Amino acid sequence: MTLTLSHFSAALLFAVFASIVFGITQRSTSREQIRYGLYCFAMFVGGVFVAGWVMWFLRR
Amino acid sequence: MANSSSGKKSSETTENKAAPLTTMAVLAPAVGWLIPGAGHLIQRRWLRGGLLLGSIATMFVLGLLMQGHVYQPNGGDILDILGFVGDVGAGGLYIVTQAMNWGQGAISHATADYGTKYLIVAGLLNFISVADAYHIAVGKKP
Repeated sequence: MTLTLSHFSAALLFAVFASIVFGITQRSTSREQIRYGLYCFAMFVGGVFVAGWVMWFLRR
Repeated sequence: MANSSSGKKSSETTENKAAPLTTMAVLAPAVGWLIPGAGHLIQRRWLRGGLLLGSIATMFVLGLLMQGHVYQPNGGDILDILGFVGDVGAGGLYIVTQAMNWGQGAISHATADYGTKYLIVAGLLNFISVADAYHIAVGKKP
């Protein structure tokens, strides 16, 4: 069985799992963990878009 | 003289702050490395342990399904060594993968490289999870 994801969906899944682990391990209270996890997810996804646009400009 | 006494005091303070070596402080990281999230589960952090297990194991399995490359123990290229260090962080998942000889095929498409990164990062995230289990065991984290 082989799984073929697009670049974007692979990056999105990566962001989800990494954010969950970062949220749980880097903060103490449940509220802080959720907030930090969401922050990490936003940063990951934001980074994907920024990197995408940077590469688009470099290519032109 | 004053310096030496203050130095002595600071070393005593450091010794007092040192984490006690309990059975759980040894067991939780070891079990957590072998089974991702289990270090939290044996300390009754059910939700955290479950989420860590789900995230790390899913990431590892997705990496394998994407035909990612699993690094063998090696003493060659530095990137291969680092890849192995990352992979071995997944503990039991890595051992099973090696036993079944998975992840050894040639990378045939672009997203397979994502698979390789998924496998490495799953292992690295498990290292963080192990450190967290240890901090809970010694009482540095609730």
